[in-house]
Amino acid sequence: MAVTAPHLAVDPIACQAHGLCAELLPGVVTLDEWGYPILPAGPVPPALRAAARRAVNACPVLALRLATD
Amino acid sequence: MTCAEPLNDTGRLLSGAAPGLAAHRARYGPAPVLGGPGELVALVTAAGLRGRGGSGFPTARKIAAVAAASRRPVVVVNACESEPASAKDATLLRHAPRLVLDGALVAARALGADTVVLCVHRGTPLVGWLRAEVAARTGDGVAWQVAEVPRRYVASEASALTRFLTTGEARPAAKPPRPERRGVRRRPTLVDNAETLAHLALIARYGPGWYRSVGTAGDPGTTLVTVGGAVARPGVYEIALGTPVGAVLARAGGPTAELSATLVGGYAGTWVTDPGTPLTHDPAGRYGATVGAGVLVALPAAACGIAETARILGYLADESAGQCGPCAFGLPAVADDLARLAAGRPDPDLHDRLVRRVGVIAGRGACAHPTGAVRLAGSVRHAFAADVRAHLSGRPCRPHPPVLPLPAPHERDRTWQ
Repeated sequence: MAVTAPHLAVDPIACQAHGLCAELLPGVVTLDEWGYPILPAGPVPPALRAAARRAVNACPVLALRLATD
Repeated sequence: MTCAEPLNDTGRLLSGAAPGLAAHRARYGPAPVLGGPGELVALVTAAGLRGRGGSGFPTARKIAAVAAASRRPVVVVNACESEPASAKDATLLRHAPRLVLDGALVAARALGADTVVLCVHRGTPLVGWLRAEVAARTGDGVAWQVAEVPRRYVASEASALTRFLTTGEARPAAKPPRPERRGVRRRPTLVDNAETLAHLALIARYGPGWYRSVGTAGDPGTTLVTVGGAVARPGVYEIALGTPVGAVLARAGGPTAELSATLVGGYAGTWVTDPGTPLTHDPAGRYGATVGAGVLVALPAAACGIAETARILGYLADESAGQCGPCAFGLPAVADDLARLAAGRPDPDLHDRLVRRVGVIAGRGACAHPTGAVRLAGSVRHAFAADVRAHLSGRPCRPHPPVLPLPAPHERDRTWQ
């Protein structure tokens, strides 16, 4: 079974603009002027996967995830 | 207001006004019974039917997703018609309610659904009308229900409807899971616009070849449009998909004034200046207009498109469910930028800020509400470029009565329950 490379996704209802994702993934996740994350389109490069997983685990409201859908 | 058309290739839905269920049956016969979900998906795929609620999503893909889930599905008929400038679903339900119900029944039977819920805005005359209509239907093998939904712009988004029917809260839900997989009471749920299902009823009777005999290859058939603004005969019309904007305005008696642009789609739509732009669910013209929910409002040149858009953005911001940051904070900010621009009171950063905000909000809500609102806001730059420049240089617009309609305060609910 083919495994799709994961991309970052956020549940916009759950997200409360804590901003940890932007701190843990500088240059990858940026914040808009209201503090909500702007995620890159496309798969997370292999070199950044570990950092992306840390950001997912650090999200205080579990809004960030690595999605393969 | 409404134009009943003679029976011809562009009068499929609105020509069918039959006075009662018996006359409807005499004209169309009973609702066809399909062999199962596979036959329904094949039929709708061959017809190329696309959703008439605004997005133009291929109906067969939605049906296939519902059929792929394991639990018994629910069918939801979306007749809320939250677009303030639209009257096509109410017109259809007055002229041909049995086509809508037959379409829902065809889908429900093929999918094995035991419940069909008709969703309409709370307190509208359609509520009593549809209750009487479903009470007259016996032997359909499904339980018909009529649900009254809060009169709010995003309360009739598909996931908001399934959430409302499950928990009583009519606000959009995060996806995944989509309603097709987990909707009403966690059951797979087919949410289709009322007009979509009326087309389905006719496709089941007359076949995909008949359906495709008008319209475009990618977007076949006819569609209902609501034409308003500066035209001689505002109302609901049935047109072949692919008809240019100018030809539709001509059907409505033609412009009554010089026009600066036409709003196409709805309040999540696009300002269009080229009357040759074809109306389909595929983006057309230089700025990617789609027919959306079928709204066309002709704007007289004496009105200001920026002031009109600012007023609508204020409404859309007010109608946010307030759940997603980019929508809850972004839409009021864009509305405020447009209001400052319309008033000719720009600050030095206004233009760049507005462009940035419009660019950053799209695609970041749980539903398409913020995306649609900034699509409308962004189309101002192209359609009214000269007015934008004039306002940026400090010139306000001439006062003009509002053209784009908004619901009166007593027609709007403040609750989500």
